[in-house]
Amino acid sequence: MVSNGLMTTEMHSPPEHVVEELDRVTIRFAGDSGDGMQLTGTQFTRTTAVFGNDIATLPDYPAEIRAPTGSLPGVSGFQLSFSSSDIRTPGDQPDVLVAMNPAALKTNLGDLVPGGLLIVDEDEFNPANLKKAAYTSNPLEDGSLRGFQVVAIHITRQNELALEGLPLNAAGKFKSRNFYALGLILWLYGRPLDTTVKWAEERFGRSPETLDANLRALYAGHAFGETTEVFHTRYEVAPATVRPGTYRHISGNEATALGFVAASILSGLPLFYGSYPITPASDVLHELSKLKSFGVKTFQAEDEIAAIGAAIGAAYGGHLALTGTSGPGLALKSEALNLAVMTELPLVVIDVQRAGPSTGMPTKTEQSDLLQAMFGRNGDSAVAIVAPCTPADCFMMAIEAFRLALKYMVPVVFLSDGYLGNGSEPWRIPSLSDIPKLDWEYAKPVEGWQPYLRNPETGARTWAVPGQKGLEHRIGGLEKSGQNGDISYDPRNHHEMTLARMGKVANMTRDIPPLEVSGPSEGELLVLGWGGTYGAISSAVEAARSQGKSVASAHLRYLNPFPANIESVLRSYKKVLIPELNTGQLSLLIRGMFLVDAVPFNKISGQPFKIREIQGKIDEVLGLRGPYVLDFPQGSALSGG
Amino acid sequence: MTSTVSANGLLAGDLPVLTRKDFVSDQEVRWCPGCGDYSILAQMQKMLPELHVAKENIVFISGIGCSSRFPYYVETYGFHSIHGRALTIASGLKTARPELKVFVVTGDGDGLSIGGNHLLHAMRRNIDLTVVLFNNRIYGLTKGQFSPTSEFGKVTKSSPYGTTEQPLNPIRIALAAGATFVARSVDRDTKHLEETLFKAAQHKGISFVEVYQNCNIFNDGAYAAFAEKDVRQERMLFLEDGKPMRFGNNREHGIRLNGFTPEVVHDAESDDGLIVHDATMANPLLANILVGMDYPNYPVPIGVFRSVEAPTYDELVQKQVDAAKAKEKPDFDALLRSGETWEVS
Repeated sequence: MVSNGLMTTEMHSPPEHVVEELDRVTIRFAGDSGDGMQLTGTQFTRTTAVFGNDIATLPDYPAEIRAPTGSLPGVSGFQLSFSSSDIRTPGDQPDVLVAMNPAALKTNLGDLVPGGLLIVDEDEFNPANLKKAAYTSNPLEDGSLRGFQVVAIHITRQNELALEGLPLNAAGKFKSRNFYALGLILWLYGRPLDTTVKWAEERFGRSPETLDANLRALYAGHAFGETTEVFHTRYEVAPATVRPGTYRHISGNEATALGFVAASILSGLPLFYGSYPITPASDVLHELSKLKSFGVKTFQAEDEIAAIGAAIGAAYGGHLALTGTSGPGLALKSEALNLAVMTELPLVVIDVQRAGPSTGMPTKTEQSDLLQAMFGRNGDSAVAIVAPCTPADCFMMAIEAFRLALKYMVPVVFLSDGYLGNGSEPWRIPSLSDIPKLDWEYAKPVEGWQPYLRNPETGARTWAVPGQKGLEHRIGGLEKSGQNGDISYDPRNHHEMTLARMGKVANMTRDIPPLEVSGPSEGELLVLGWGGTYGAISSAVEAARSQGKSVASAHLRYLNPFPANIESVLRSYKKVLIPELNTGQLSLLIRGMFLVDAVPFNKISGQPFKIREIQGKIDEVLGLRGPYVLDFPQGSALSGG
Repeated sequence: MTSTVSANGLLAGDLPVLTRKDFVSDQEVRWCPGCGDYSILAQMQKMLPELHVAKENIVFISGIGCSSRFPYYVETYGFHSIHGRALTIASGLKTARPELKVFVVTGDGDGLSIGGNHLLHAMRRNIDLTVVLFNNRIYGLTKGQFSPTSEFGKVTKSSPYGTTEQPLNPIRIALAAGATFVARSVDRDTKHLEETLFKAAQHKGISFVEVYQNCNIFNDGAYAAFAEKDVRQERMLFLEDGKPMRFGNNREHGIRLNGFTPEVVHDAESDDGLIVHDATMANPLLANILVGMDYPNYPVPIGVFRSVEAPTYDELVQKQVDAAKAKEKPDFDALLRSGETWEVS
């Protein structure tokens, strides 16, 4: 997409820049984790979103807060893709790589498209940094970057010059380099500076020196692009055509938090969030703890178990009870989650999945908790499972999670993932008045009431909460009689109560939307996905169809129960391909439940699918090529290499 | 879709007069005959009417263990949860619904072993719960293994050669974690137990009562040496706030301090020099000295070790919510539109 060689050395002023129109650009900012790359990426994203492009982002940061400066593990990256048309992924490969130091170059170069634009801070390619990045020679000089358009700029030095006279030492000035780089990239793509200026004024308003330094750096970077001949082309990506409305930019974790507050308003029940900090779910706690004016109570518990225990207490008290975590935390919550199953209380558990097992790779994404959510408890114990498929979809699925929990008196697991939680996209802001209210009711003190009176339609037991006169009763983890709520070891009762608990989840089948198919309603191949892989799968399938291949896609947002029509959809195609960021967990369920010989396609690198990877597998399954094998090139942060 | 939950506990004046019988559930009590738990249940049921709280606003939450069967037998709301986690559920319930009166019933295994972490944190938060820990120094429900309060060297089913670990002192833990009300009582002294439970239930903030409870099957007589009626006055020190520390059948002996070490003064004629109990010290120095006193070197202190006032967690959380609501009218549509937005037409 980025084309042409770019440098001439002749001097003339002012330079004429050729403007080239592009449909889609993917940029990755990479630097040391102290270099502010997440901020740089986020600011470029905001500007681009406001500009009207469709955009998708992929922050990629190390688990170490500050690994040694300049080291390979310390590299932090932020990839974004923006377009004049609909896009659903942050791009397979960057067209542009901004590398703020040698370590960032080394860990990211493998992803850059051949001939792509590589912008580096030349000042940082000194012997010490080269050594930290394990370079034996300077790549800027040894010809190893010949396949790329290299733009080596003295970012550090230029930035220092721009900040001359400010009462900051060299280290203080160094901190503004990311704004210099941001200004330069904003110029390169014809973006206005005002969004970043406004943000900086709000963010650094109380520290005029910092504000001044960052703005000077920003303007200087922008001016450098404008006045030098380093670039003779600048690029334009026209705004995308999207549905009319008011838009904002939103990450999955923000949408999750807002969705649960929306559920509170739509139900009229106060929201209680019990949580223990864990990557990558902590942002949900941060967001919700700000929203006290909406009646939200957040409880930062002493551990994961206390977090869900407190939420169960709030559910028992008649509130909208939520707990949130990532995979290892879900494991700790298992026993208490089962108590919520047994006591039939409405509870939602957020799992922002990350790469496991054990501590795994906390900052990397994976879809490997599906079976844990499905089966990770003792006894026959069903919970409902929903999974948002895009960052913005987290909002609606959060509401959906509570709709089901309240209506069926069942815990619901909300399976987000690191890619969705940290990723972001433009969002057409909904109006709450367009979303149906959430129904629920507390038990009514009627003659013959007992705790396990069930709604004949849903199977839900009644919700009697402390404070209700005449409904004093006891619940707990021991099996209870379905007739009177007393402890029961009666064989028939346990058989029936187990089926009743499982049956509530099965009953939801009638209450959830059917599985939608994109593409032909029957044919050669169905690509079935779930959760955060939606963007890559749907993009790959559309691309395959545009090449005349008979391929449809369907994406599950309800994993337990499955939509009612899933089996008929599966049987409408000769082959079913299931791409997942795990070793085949949905495949196992589909094969086991429907005896469909689905083909699994699994990637467990901590990184999302690339569109071309799914395209490659589609071609293999269609017999258009030999076996497709994932590759993990050296120097590829996105492939987990 | 309106809430049917009363926002606050009913005023005492509106209450029907409740009696012990009102707090007896229809469930058959299934503890071993002779178990100390019966006494604790009886004193609790006797005490509850005195609180003048509507019974629908009272909740008992327990974990797992013999003691944790307790909620089934009390005619209030009750939640028999999972091992060690009663305090987490109680904390969530009380934070969500500060108007409820919430009791936690736990044991030495449930509260100090598997649930030890939660006990510490509930105490440091000063959440308004009344925690009653039945300490029988044994695992009863699982039929006789040593517990975290079993004495060093104790021979049990899981320690046939004697334990090789030191016990925890629950009162010391409570004081260390900053509990604002800390007391000890014993199943055999029903009057003292009822009074202590009443004081604990009336305390605003976390109240912790350790009850020495006899397991007549697996650890019979654990406290008999000092808690039986005939020796109690001689071998236990009944703490009374503002009074000099005296014990003995005729209160003839006293306790004084020698440096930081308590000393028994036999036949102390005068109160001069005897320690005057003060449970309200902001810094629980005295309580920390008393907690080290044990039979046979000393009479065993019983009663209220500490009782101080402090803001409660549930109240502070509610205040933050109320203040935030008063400051800004909640407007969700405005929240969705906060930050950068743009129009597409």
